[in-house]
Amino acid sequence: MTTPFYVSPQQVLADKAEYARKGIARGRSIVICEVLEGILFIAENPMRTLHKVSEIYDRIAFAAVGRYNEFEALRVYGIRKADVTGYSYSRHDVTARSLAGTYAQQLGATFTHELKPWEVEILIAEVKDKNDPDSVNRLYRVTFDGQISDETGIITMGGAAEDLHVKATAHYEKDLSMSEAFCRIVQAMANHVSRPIKMADFEVAMLDFSLERRCFRRFDEAALTEIFGASQAEPERTGEEE
Amino acid sequence: MENYEPNSSFRSLRWGLHSSFSSYFHATHDTAVIERFSLLEDAAQLTPHGTTILALRFAEGVVMAGDRRATEGFSIANRTIEKVFSADDYSVVAIAGAAGPAIELVRLYQVELEHYEKIEGRRLSLDGKANRLGEMVRQHLPLAMQGLSVVPLFAGYDLSRKVGRIYKFDVTGGRYEDSDFYATGSGGTHARSYIKQNWHENLSRVEALEIVLGALIDAADEDVATGGPDLLRQIYPNISVVTGDGIKTVDDEEIAGIVDRHLASLRVRYTDEE
Repeated sequence: MTTPFYVSPQQVLADKAEYARKGIARGRSIVICEVLEGILFIAENPMRTLHKVSEIYDRIAFAAVGRYNEFEALRVYGIRKADVTGYSYSRHDVTARSLAGTYAQQLGATFTHELKPWEVEILIAEVKDKNDPDSVNRLYRVTFDGQISDETGIITMGGAAEDLHVKATAHYEKDLSMSEAFCRIVQAMANHVSRPIKMADFEVAMLDFSLERRCFRRFDEAALTEIFGASQAEPERTGEEE
Repeated sequence: MENYEPNSSFRSLRWGLHSSFSSYFHATHDTAVIERFSLLEDAAQLTPHGTTILALRFAEGVVMAGDRRATEGFSIANRTIEKVFSADDYSVVAIAGAAGPAIELVRLYQVELEHYEKIEGRRLSLDGKANRLGEMVRQHLPLAMQGLSVVPLFAGYDLSRKVGRIYKFDVTGGRYEDSDFYATGSGGTHARSYIKQNWHENLSRVEALEIVLGALIDAADEDVATGGPDLLRQIYPNISVVTGDGIKTVDDEEIAGIVDRHLASLRVRYTDEE
């Protein structure tokens, strides 16, 4: 009888993590940040109807990078869980905290037990409640292995996220208006990829806490062009190129 | 217990309607309490009854209204009940019949429409919404056989045809589109004949509101279970107006103005008769 081939658990998990990271890094990036009016989502996504950012519940939205079929299943699952909770208890009892916890359990279990980890990274955002002065924005990042973290300010996910994070953070300040934050981040994203990005290729959405009940809204190309003042973002020329 | 398996979303394919909240909810939660009712011969006394609701089409869309009374036999169970609800941004649903199951039906229906919209990224067509409501009414048929009938009236603005549309239902889930107006509930017949006398094509918003309130006042005049405007407590009917711009509820102040004018003209008429 032959001895089964032994692979240490450390090696198995390291291989899976590398596999997932590579898958996620292949996609384009997404930036999420807190602004004066709520929470802003900016994704480079040339697809018009296959969204990376979606509404989950009244004040909760979902943003994801990675494999579409995988995060789409997570998105649908989130909407179901939120709607069941809201229908069974009350609309106030649906929280991003609970949803993020469930996602973390699910992704963590898949990462440990399945052969192939899910190549996704998601963010669950809940905008503050205008009727509750004590409430704050909540942003939970959940990674492919089920790690969960509570974030503030500006978050980047997807391809070369760390590099983009440095560039975007340099442009970002607390308490920017939506339009100001949008212009600055779009510029940082164009600089990051060193090529022009058309406004039509941005998927932009917001959790606007001033809205009644359902706070999620999308911006179309016309609205983005008006905010940015041009139909595409050109990368700024750096000293080295000249 | 909910299923947290990553592949659980694929099970939904077996339920047929991937984007339906009610299908999902009934498949994952025990809702069998409804069948246990069948031990009772007549369950009608278990919950108050809602009375008159109506809808009519006007130039820009539809108006839907309901009186505020719920009855328990010969007693008034509630003076301020609401029977007109927004189903989503462009449609409204009103209820007559057993109040408990009817309000629950509306709550489920509201989640059903929002759920579809979020999952599919687009709204259901108006016909699709009406069909779905018909199916949900049909699921109540065992309760209706016990005397707990729920008969909604559905109306909305059809964004593709640019017109207001009205649908009525029967307890078996039968769905019938009414082109101009409809009224149902205990005072429905009286309200309907009032509207029939006064309705014409291309009504303005104010004309439509005048007819709606006139019909409810007439229904309250003839039917003991229908509550007219309660001037003592300042309780007025609920009215929603649906147009291409969405739903607007008419505020009490405007309703009070129209009611006052209408009652004044009635007073003149009855005084002259004497």
